[in-house]
Amino acid sequence: MRYLPLTPKDRADMVAAIGVKSMDELYASVPQAARLTKLIDLPLHQGEIEVERALSQMAAKNHPASGRPFFLGAGCYNHHIPATVDHLIQRSEFLTSYTPYQPEISQGTLVAIFEFQTIIANLTGMDIANASMYDGATATAEAALMAKRVTGRANIHIHGALHPQYREVIETYIRNFHDVKVLDSAPDANASCVIVQTPDFYGEPQKLEALRKQCTETGALLVVVVNEILSLGLLPPPVEADIVVGEAQSIGVPMSFGGPHLGFFACRKEYLRQMPGRLCGETVDKDGRRSFVLTLSTREQHIRREKATSNICTNQGLFALAFTIHMSLLGEIGFKKLARLNHEKACMLADRLAQVKKITLPNKAFFNEFVVELPVSASDVVKKLAAHGIIAGYALEGGKLLVAATEMTSKEDIEVLAVALEEVCQHAMRKEVA
Amino acid sequence: MSLFDRDRGLNVEENLLFEKGTNGACGVDLPEPQNSKLRTGFPAREKVGLPEVSEPQVMRHFVRLSKLNYAIDTGLYPLGSCTMKHNPRLNEKVARHPGFAQIHPLQPEGTIQGALEVIYTVQQWLSKLSGLPHVTLNPAAGAHGEFAGIMVIHKAHEARGKVRKTVLIPDSAHGTNPATAAACGYETKTIPSTKEGTVDVDAFKNMLNDDVAALMLTNPNTCGLFEPRAKEIADVLHKAGAYFYCDGANFNALVGRVRPVDFGVDVMHFNLHKTFSTPHGGGGPGCGPIAVTEELAPYLPVPKIVKHGDHYHLVTEDKNSIGRLKGFNGQFGMAVRALAYMMSHGADGLRQVAEDAVLNANYILSQLREQYHVPFPGSCMHECLLTDKLQKDKGVTTGDIAKTLIEYGIHPMTVYFPLVVQGAMLIEPTETETKASLDHFIAVMKMIAEKTTAGESEELHNNPVSTPRKRLDEVRAARNPILKWASQG
Amino acid sequence: MSNIPAHLKYTEQHEWLKLDGEVATIGITDYAQAALGDLVFVELPAKGKQVKLGDAFVVVESVKAASEVYAPISGEIVEVNEALAKSPELINSAPYDGGWICKIRASDKAELAKLLDAAKYEGLVG
Repeated sequence: MRYLPLTPKDRADMVAAIGVKSMDELYASVPQAARLTKLIDLPLHQGEIEVERALSQMAAKNHPASGRPFFLGAGCYNHHIPATVDHLIQRSEFLTSYTPYQPEISQGTLVAIFEFQTIIANLTGMDIANASMYDGATATAEAALMAKRVTGRANIHIHGALHPQYREVIETYIRNFHDVKVLDSAPDANASCVIVQTPDFYGEPQKLEALRKQCTETGALLVVVVNEILSLGLLPPPVEADIVVGEAQSIGVPMSFGGPHLGFFACRKEYLRQMPGRLCGETVDKDGRRSFVLTLSTREQHIRREKATSNICTNQGLFALAFTIHMSLLGEIGFKKLARLNHEKACMLADRLAQVKKITLPNKAFFNEFVVELPVSASDVVKKLAAHGIIAGYALEGGKLLVAATEMTSKEDIEVLAVALEEVCQHAMRKEVA
Repeated sequence: MSLFDRDRGLNVEENLLFEKGTNGACGVDLPEPQNSKLRTGFPAREKVGLPEVSEPQVMRHFVRLSKLNYAIDTGLYPLGSCTMKHNPRLNEKVARHPGFAQIHPLQPEGTIQGALEVIYTVQQWLSKLSGLPHVTLNPAAGAHGEFAGIMVIHKAHEARGKVRKTVLIPDSAHGTNPATAAACGYETKTIPSTKEGTVDVDAFKNMLNDDVAALMLTNPNTCGLFEPRAKEIADVLHKAGAYFYCDGANFNALVGRVRPVDFGVDVMHFNLHKTFSTPHGGGGPGCGPIAVTEELAPYLPVPKIVKHGDHYHLVTEDKNSIGRLKGFNGQFGMAVRALAYMMSHGADGLRQVAEDAVLNANYILSQLREQYHVPFPGSCMHECLLTDKLQKDKGVTTGDIAKTLIEYGIHPMTVYFPLVVQGAMLIEPTETETKASLDHFIAVMKMIAEKTTAGESEELHNNPVSTPRKRLDEVRAARNPILKWASQG
Repeated sequence: MSNIPAHLKYTEQHEWLKLDGEVATIGITDYAQAALGDLVFVELPAKGKQVKLGDAFVVVESVKAASEVYAPISGEIVEVNEALAKSPELINSAPYDGGWICKIRASDKAELAKLLDAAKYEGLVG
């Protein structure tokens, strides 16, 4: 078997050196009844050719974004990943290394984490950022839990349209704590935080000054959620926030059917000790050379155990690196340009769809995603168009369809979608008349 | 900060990308925006705070950084309980198939049947390997799997009409266990270990009452030993109406050879990034599926996958479920990699994995037990535990031994864990090491012991000296946290 | 051999106490600071807070560990050593002096009888 280097002779020599008669003796502490004597009922080993063939067959049953008009967003976006990114994250020293607990031989990973933390802090306008979370939804739940620790208060308030899955995850995380409520009302003296997503779930960028005032007056923390991180290249940073969390998948991370993605977590420096997740800090070594090391570990589970700020251990390391590489390629100029291109594509999409009779566009503003109101069931439309090779967007209730455009969206794609929707709407109108 | 004289041969010194200077460069070519009127409702952002470099500079920066890292592909990485086995590149190749990488989780079901088939198939494999009938791939890492498992147990108690308050956890447990119990609203009570390194079953029985919801047990445990009375513990637990959660971090010793259902487990988590070779990536992503009994299946998180004939369907609402654990689906990309690994090994290969892992660890143990103190008698499973007891009075500690291994080109074992033993060194070679690699490690460890006996402790205290950095001032990092780069000018 | 000043009182959890009239100054012993190693952070309680004997009311952190400090008597915290916020290392260098942690106005002086004298504490830590 190609991954198992021991030969039968090796095994025999080692068994003899250990001083047992057979491998079985090494399993003697396992009760006889639990020791399997036969192979488990699963296929036997296979070579690369067969494994690749089987998995390719499964992959071929899926319709990837490339090569078709694609307008799905809703917290996961179809962006381009430069070839350099995927090449670098496959370097052995990044791919097959562990968490950098021995800093003398992991400065590569530590420098990259430090750069990631710097980029996230700069993007969000916060003082500090951690080394990543699983995804935007769990980062949001952890932000709510942190606000509860900091303020000592029970309730979590949500302002406006938060991604429904993010809300579900918060509810899971607090479901065993009966004194904690998730409310949609304005904050009061029992509010630990107000959570606001911007752009919101319907793509509408949110103003934060009034919420900042409410939070300051009531003593609740303002938690801002950004799940299209590219929006921070065109919209102002949410400096009004106490905590900024969200999803960074748009930069350097493939959609990959929803995971692995890349949660980020940033906050003001006064909350440092209540932050969950790993932190990389700067120091020096014995020779006075600048070095980096995981620090403030006493917040974490391996030291604080049941009093830890979170149980998180493994995070999304390799994809924090992918993000950092992609952001380095984009840089100050490219990141802002890319954000603006996304917005202009969305404007192009909006203008073309506005020409389709019987369609309305309720958004007052958007970044790269907005709602389209159809005269027919949006979920029917999505199914119908999928059969014709178009991924039309995310069906909300009734005739509402959430559509996103990115730098990957072409003029031709927009035309194909518009024509398809025109057909669907004309058909609907004819039905009405009939 | 000029580094012009600090490179030596192939050894590099590398600044941060932010220090490479802004000069209007950009590493991507994008079409020029039209700069038409914005419809965002806000003025355009002015400054972001990113470097400005070209593609060659980015490539060089990160390649140079990679040279400062040790990795499995470099050499032995014997971190106990981490299972640093070889990461097959076939897994990377298949995960990058556009049919896997470029699909969106919310696409119409008819367009992603192959993705659901991958997840369902991995669930089937894990179910067979554990003997537990129902599996979810939703948790994002081991700790997340622990969270899912303990939440399922909590829901089961709710459904039975009485929510209990306590979870029992051995003192040797990994910190994620009590952290998870607290996150689920439970109090933790700690069970002591015996001098043989296993759970004190009598103490455990005394702590059992009708307020105990569950036991969280790692098996094999963090001392590298199989808990011989696990089935007895399970029976007593079940009689008291409590559930047996098994932390499956050490499943590499059992896969294909022992099924946890056969020692009474109700819920267990797997670490795909340990037992099933998905790469550690410098700190993730992981994937922490859980498997449960028939009784607990209704409470599993959403989304769930059901199969009707040849068609797979995602269920996103289920009132019995503990709810959603993260956005979208689990770490799908890691499931693809794990499936490639499972199919490559097959039932026969996986069984051999466990046997070779156990053999390798016992070989190291047998060759080092004269020079190093072995706290627990007998053989071990896939990892062996030593301490610095024989070296300490010569002034050499576990920390010095670890840093000396680094100096001699080997990543250290897990140190100072588990906490139940002073000066612990937990060594897990895994099955993908050759005998020659093990002999090399043994030789270096013997040399360190000899140097200690010969009184050469000062050299050991100074190690490592040949690495890109020597021992770091961690106190300074914690006292004066600098967590991001800021321009000095 | 750790330093154990004769004029102070001690607890089994390695706190020391010095009584001045109604107010007791509290800290951790030389033995404790040596065992913890270089301290990097002290989580101080709020002034005015009421504590009961045995409450975990302060956390001291080194790089690799976080340890609770337990109130040796009940009462109100009337003063905290703000210098520890910037210089936690004072506990290492001067555990009985500049490294004092806080002052408690004792609510029940009878509790003082439970404390150990220097000789008893020395017997404990050897």
